[in-house]
Order: sequence, then structure tokens, then C-alpha cells
Amino acid sequence: MANPSIMDTLFQRSLEDLIKGIRLQSPDSSTPTSSFLCKSMEEIRREIKSTDPHTKSIALLKLTYLNSIYGFDMSWAAFHVVEVISYPQFPLKKIGYSAATASFHDGTDVLLLLTNQLRKDLSSSNGFEVSLALQCLSVIGTTDLCRDLCNEIFTLLSSTRIYVKKKAIAVVLRVFRKYQDAVGVCFKRLVDNLESSEPQGMSAVVGVFCELTLRDPEGYLPLAPEFYRILIDCKNNWVLIKVLKIFAKLAPLEPRLAKKIVDPICEIMRRTMAKSLMFECIWTVVSSLSEYESAVKLAVVKARELLVDDDPNLKYLGLKALSSLAFNHPWAVVENKDAVISSLSDADPNIKLASLRIVMSMVSEDNVVEISRVLINYSLKSDPDFCNEILRSILTTCSRNYYEVVFDFDWYISLLGEMSRIPYCQRGEEIENQLIDIGMRVKDARQELVRVARDLLIDPALLGNPFLHRILSAAAWVSGEYVELSKSPFELMEALLQPRTSLLPPLIRAVYIQSAFKVLVYCLHSYLLQKEATASSFAADGNTPWIENSAIQGPEGSDLATSELDREFNPRDFSPSFENNGHSISKLSTHKSMVNLLNLTEMALGPLMESHEVEIQERVRNILGVKELVKQEILDHSAQKEENSEKKESDASKIIELIYHSFSEELGPVSASAQARITVPNGLVLKDNLAELEIICGDIELPVSTSFSLGTLHSREKEVLSLDDAASNEDSEPSTESTSLLSEHYKRHKLYYLLERKMMPFPLIIHLPMKVRFRIIRSMISMIL
Amino acid sequence: MIRAVIVMNTQGKPRLSKFYDYEPTEKQQELIRTVYSVLCSRPESVSSFVDADSIFGPDCRLVYKHYATLYFVFVYDSAENELAMLDLIQVFVETLDKCFKNVCELDVVFNYNKINTILDEIIFGGQVLETNSAEIMKAVEEISKLETAYTTIPLVPKSVTSWRSSV
Repeated sequence: MANPSIMDTLFQRSLEDLIKGIRLQSPDSSTPTSSFLCKSMEEIRREIKSTDPHTKSIALLKLTYLNSIYGFDMSWAAFHVVEVISYPQFPLKKIGYSAATASFHDGTDVLLLLTNQLRKDLSSSNGFEVSLALQCLSVIGTTDLCRDLCNEIFTLLSSTRIYVKKKAIAVVLRVFRKYQDAVGVCFKRLVDNLESSEPQGMSAVVGVFCELTLRDPEGYLPLAPEFYRILIDCKNNWVLIKVLKIFAKLAPLEPRLAKKIVDPICEIMRRTMAKSLMFECIWTVVSSLSEYESAVKLAVVKARELLVDDDPNLKYLGLKALSSLAFNHPWAVVENKDAVISSLSDADPNIKLASLRIVMSMVSEDNVVEISRVLINYSLKSDPDFCNEILRSILTTCSRNYYEVVFDFDWYISLLGEMSRIPYCQRGEEIENQLIDIGMRVKDARQELVRVARDLLIDPALLGNPFLHRILSAAAWVSGEYVELSKSPFELMEALLQPRTSLLPPLIRAVYIQSAFKVLVYCLHSYLLQKEATASSFAADGNTPWIENSAIQGPEGSDLATSELDREFNPRDFSPSFENNGHSISKLSTHKSMVNLLNLTEMALGPLMESHEVEIQERVRNILGVKELVKQEILDHSAQKEENSEKKESDASKIIELIYHSFSEELGPVSASAQARITVPNGLVLKDNLAELEIICGDIELPVSTSFSLGTLHSREKEVLSLDDAASNEDSEPSTESTSLLSEHYKRHKLYYLLERKMMPFPLIIHLPMKVRFRIIRSMISMIL
Repeated sequence: MIRAVIVMNTQGKPRLSKFYDYEPTEKQQELIRTVYSVLCSRPESVSSFVDADSIFGPDCRLVYKHYATLYFVFVYDSAENELAMLDLIQVFVETLDKCFKNVCELDVVFNYNKINTILDEIIFGGQVLETNSAEIMKAVEEISKLETAYTTIPLVPKSVTSWRSSV
């Protein structure tokens, strides 16, 4: 080790040795290879410090190799790179330049050391050396380098050696990009090359102008006549393609130019045998000359040739051309509809996606039903990814601009239901949103919505698919919210409370329970109404259709109700009995079935009273509270003690009535600007300084939610108390929302009010947000019990 | 403009990688891995074009060709014609074939330097400068001549060889 340099020199591994060494490592385990690579890196680090040019260069070559193939860092060797570039021997210099090209960037600090060496090599008499320097400059050229070497490059632009000249032309692209002022120096000479007789020089210069035009079309419009001449005269396809790319950018800027080039381009399109050039013509026409009907027609014919070709590449490009026509020339797509639709089942995912995009662009009010049908059929046959891509496209297209293309919502809702049942469907969130959105927006569609929701809810198999949970959540909500449209609320209740709902995530289960609550209240309300009616007279003119049928109570009523309960434990056997809905409806409101309904509720939800999920527990307690309240009375009724229970009964009906009305209040979509449209009530000063209030409430943390809630613990007691008052104060004068706000504040901060205020009048609670209402009602229930 | 050229084998091992826009080394390796994962998931005999916006940034497309055990991948933008890029891969492979007489993966593995030289004659700073494989070969041979002229020089002194041969 006395002289490592000489040792390294004599026994240095070449790049080939290194590659052989790597290949000798066991291919099975990666560890030996990586340890071998690390050892090699150590060698390289040692060798690269050598003073011997050859040793140093070979080390750098190996390093460049390890960098580009195995991702080893080589930024630490930047200075050595500069050293190797400065060696006069061509192969060493070449190693240095390719290392610089691979690793230098704008932030490399040794770049400035390179300027003089580059200048020297650019003026070398050896064309290949000049080429090395140009090559390096074209990738790593910084503003400084481009400025300092601008003159050398200018000289090379008129070199007699075409090998050097074409590279000098190409490097101008980098120079212009990094150093704007170079345009003034080199532009003229660059343009002169457009008339060059050597095809290589011409090709290079057109390529440079193509890149420049793409970035700044206006700046190169004055060169249009030169490009036009090339378009007419040139026979080289590469050059023509680049010129077409230039014209695609220039034509939209200058209508007269577009008019002039449209014929030559069509001529080339007709004449050429080269598919690449033909495609470029098609592309130029569809993207920039689409107002020339005859040219577009020709382009569509040619695109069709590509579309029906067996080569998947041509097919893909044909679709690409067609899809850019879809917006301005829908006829072009319609003409090729069959080819496009059959591509939906292509083996190539690119082709499938492209054709799907085109199909979606065809969708209009007239054909949405037909296209959706076709797409759903394809989605059933597709792989999961593409299936979901199809569903996503249908969902976004149909919901665009508030369901612009959908005119038959009953159809669309059943389509949503159908999508939910496609085995691969993973678009639960979108379907959920749309089901609820349509429910709120489109009154006429609710009947169908409730029907579709019922079909989804009663299928116990769907509960096992996590991707559908969001959809089921929407179905449950819809069924609860629009329960009056349901044909059989009892059946709905069984579906909402079926045992497999335990598979749902807690928040969605809470939605189920809340909907069950609504259904229960609805049933109770109808039952009580009907009873009142039958009690006062025998005229059975209930409010809802299913009560009308229920005047006669038969002995089968009890059988049916119990059997329904039994079925509750075996949900898979549901379906047969659902067929005679009309029959079960007529029995629903019998006394016995009411009792069964309450029992079912208790049995299904009782165990959840202690659930650890607050949302579930809270809702279960709500519903069971109401159940407790009315159950006693309904049982009493069965014992024919009507007189005794009359007082309590009317309490219960009142509460049920109250809850029922709170649920039947319409929820609608709120426009984003709704808040601004509300006029400020008289006497409400919004800009008042609230600093004093801050002092008062300093110790109390207000809840962050936007709807104010009485949810904080310490207000609970007062709430119950105040409601006690409120209940007795039932016939107070009606008031406005602001009164309730005031009374709310009063409840919180009673201490700070000087005078006792009149408490919030009872009927006012319907002005409160839903969440608050539930709390009040719950307190009320517990109070009564 | 061409943004990158990658040659890798069907196991995803890179054999050549060239980025014409600077990317840090780790990023390059990551891009190569991503490209491989896209390519190996594509069935045989499907189209050669892949939208690469999500991998290489906006306006990037990718074209590849599968020869025996190698993928040849060109990444390019809207300034290039799709089919011309496909032809260019063909030109590159044909030139390799002429150079190595029935090129195979091993040739690509062991001739890192030469393959880079060939590619540099075709693509210069991301622009296509030469598509004629005879012209490319001519330049590459000249360069090889220059390289060997110098490398035969020193280190193992000529005297040793002459001494051996004289024995």
C-alpha cells in the first residue's frame, strides 16, 4: 500500500470487469450484489483520486454506470468530472462529458470551471470533440454557460461540417431557452438554415423551430412563408411532421394562413403512404382546422381507416383523433359509433378508456338511456378497474349541470339501483350523494326512490359488501325521510333492524336506526290517527292509503304479525311473503301488529342501549324512549281500558304528533347564496361590538358546531327545567327565530340577566334545528316517564 | 422533445437510462420502477402508447416496444409524433442490431458505453437529429476508432509485450 496509485492503476477493474463481477453475484439474493456494489464504490472513490488520467477516467466511467443503472449518487464527484473533461485524450474526454451530462444541473457549483474547457472544445478541429461539447451543453447549459459560449455557437452555425452544424443548430434550442439575448445573435443564421440544402441541417432546424413555436406561437408567425415553402416542397416525412406541428399552432392565430394551408395538408393526407404523416395531418385538421368542413370530412375518413385497423396502435390513434372531434363535430363520432362501442371490449386498457371517453362525449338527452344500457352491459363483462371507470363516467355525465341530460328520473334512479348491484361496484359515495340529492330535488321521483331503496335494504346479502355501505346509508335515509310513500313500512322496519346490520360501520348503522325511528313514528302516528277516527266514528277516512284498508281486523292479523317477527330472524326467507304487500299492509295497523312492531324494535335495539358508539347509543335511546312511552298505552288499549288511559293516551298522541311533524318538515337543497338573501331582522345589529360578551362568556366554551346545540353537560339540567315551564306554557304567542335565540342565551347565562324572562313557548321548538329538537323531545319524554 | 429513454429487461432491471431533463438520481430510479410496473401489467399485443402524465408530468406520453427480454421506452411530449417515436425505437434497435449482429440483452449489458454513443447520435439534447441508421453507424464507427486509438496506449508497457513475443 506504499503507493496506492500505482497499485490501483495496475490492477484496476475496467467497466467490463465490474459488469462481469456484478453478474457473477448470485441472482437470487440481493445482498451479495449490493455488498459487491458497495465494495466497488469504495474502489471507485479511491481510484478517482488517482493522478493517473486513465485510472481516474475508468473510475469515473464505472461511477457513471453505477449511477445510471443502480442509482448510486455521483454528485460528490463533480470536480473529478471537470478534471476528466480537461484531459486531451478523446476517450477520456468523452467519459468526462457523458458523466457531466448525466449528473450536472443548474445547481452544480463547479459548472463555472467548465466554461473555458467547453470554449476550447467547441473550437477544436476535431468534429467529434466539438460534438461532445455541444452534446453536453444541450443538456446542462445554464444561463451563464449559454451567454459565455453564444459566440462560439454562432460560429458553428455556419460550419461546413454538417455533422457539427446540425448539432450546433440543435443546441440553439437550449441556448434560447436559457439566454434570451442569444436570439438577437443567432436568429438570422438559424433562419438561413431553413433554406439549407442538406436534409440533416433542415431537419434539425425545423425541429428547433417546432419546439420554439410550441412555446411561443406568436413570435414565430412571421416565419410562416418559410414553413409554407417547406410544406409544399419537402419530401421528408420527419420534416413535414414538424412543419405540420408548427402550423397547428400558427393556424389559429391567422385565419388567412389556415385557409392557405388547408388544401396542401389535405393533399398530403390523400397522397402519403406513411401512417405517421397521415396521422399528423389528421391531428392538425381536427385540432386547428376544424372549421373547414371538407378537410374535417377527409380527416374523419382517414381516422376511420385507423380506427378499423387491426394494429392496436393505429386504432388507439384513430380514437384519439375522433375524441378531439367529439365536441365540435359530434356527427363524426356518431358516424363511427359502432367501431367506438365495439372498442369498449378491447384487450387494451388504453383503447377501452379512449373509447369510453368518446362514448361519454356523445351522451345527450335523447340517447342517454340507450348509451347507459350499453355501458352497463359492458361494465358487467369488464375487469373491476374498467367497470368502475364506466360507472364513474355514467355517474358524472348524468349528474352534470344538475342532471341536465336526465329527463326521466324514475329511470335514472332504477339505474342507480342497478349499478349498486353490479358485483365490482365501488362508487358507493357518488351513488349515495346522488340518491339523496335527487330525493331532495325531485319530488316526483321519490316514489321510485323509495321503491329502489326498499329493494336495496331488504337484500341481506348487500350488507356484506363494504363498498355498498354508503349506498345503503342513502337508501336507509331515503326510506325514513319519505316513509309515507312506502308501500309497507312494517317490512321496511324489519329491513332496517335486520341482524346483519351489525356489519355496518357505526355511523351508517346510526342512519339506519334514525330511519327506523322515523318509520316507527310514522306507523304510530297513523295508527293513533286511525284509532281516533274509528273511535269517534266508523268512517275510516285516514290520511294515508294503507290506513283506509285497515278498518277490518281479522284473526289472521296476529298470525301474520308473529310470522313477520319470526322472519326477522331469518332474513333470507323474507322475499316470498313480500309479494302480497297489499295484504300485509291491510294488517299493519291492527293493534296486534303495532305491538309486534314495538316488540321488534325493542328486541333489535335493546342490546344496543349500551353500545360504545355514541351515535348509535344516542339514537337507540331516542327510539326506545318513545317506544316505552307509547307501548304501555297500546297494551292498555288491548285490555279495553280506554277510559282510564284516555288522559295519558292523549299525551302520547300529542308527542307522537309532535315528533311526526318535526320529521315531515321538508328538507331541501340549500343554494350557496341562500344566506345572503335573508334580510336582517329589525333591531338586530350585526356590527355591534361583542367585546363585552367576550368578558361574560369568557369561562364558558361555546360549542363549535354551526347549529347551536344544548349539548354541553352543564346546561342539561336547566334545559329540562325550562322545558317543564315551557310545557305548561303551551299556548303562548308565536314568535320569531330570534326569540328562541334569545331564550337560548338566557338559558345559558341566566345568572347575568337581571329580570326573570318568560320562558320559551312550547310550539317554538319547531323553529329550532333538528338536533336541538331531538334533545328537547328526549328530555320531555324522560320527564313524562 | 424527447424527455427520457429507458431500456430495461422484462424483470425491471434497467439496462440504459437517459433523462434529457435533469432529474435527481433517486427520482430517476423511482420513475424507472413506476414505468416498469405500468409496462409489466400490460398484456401482450396491445397498443404501445401509454399516457404518462401521472408519471412524468403534464403533456408526457410514453411509447414502448418489447423485443425478446427487453423493453425500449421513449418518453416524449406533444412536439413529437406518436408513430414517428415508434419508428425511432425501431431505428435504434436496428442500429444496435447492425452494430452487434443479432443484438441480445447481453450485448446491451456489456456495451454500456457504445450503446450510449449510438443513442447520442440519434437523440441530441432531447431532439431527434439522425434517423438514418447508416449515418449513425458511420459516426459511431469513427468515434470507436478514436477511442481505441488512445486506449491501446500505455500502462502495460509495450516493452513487455514485445519481450513476450520475442521469447
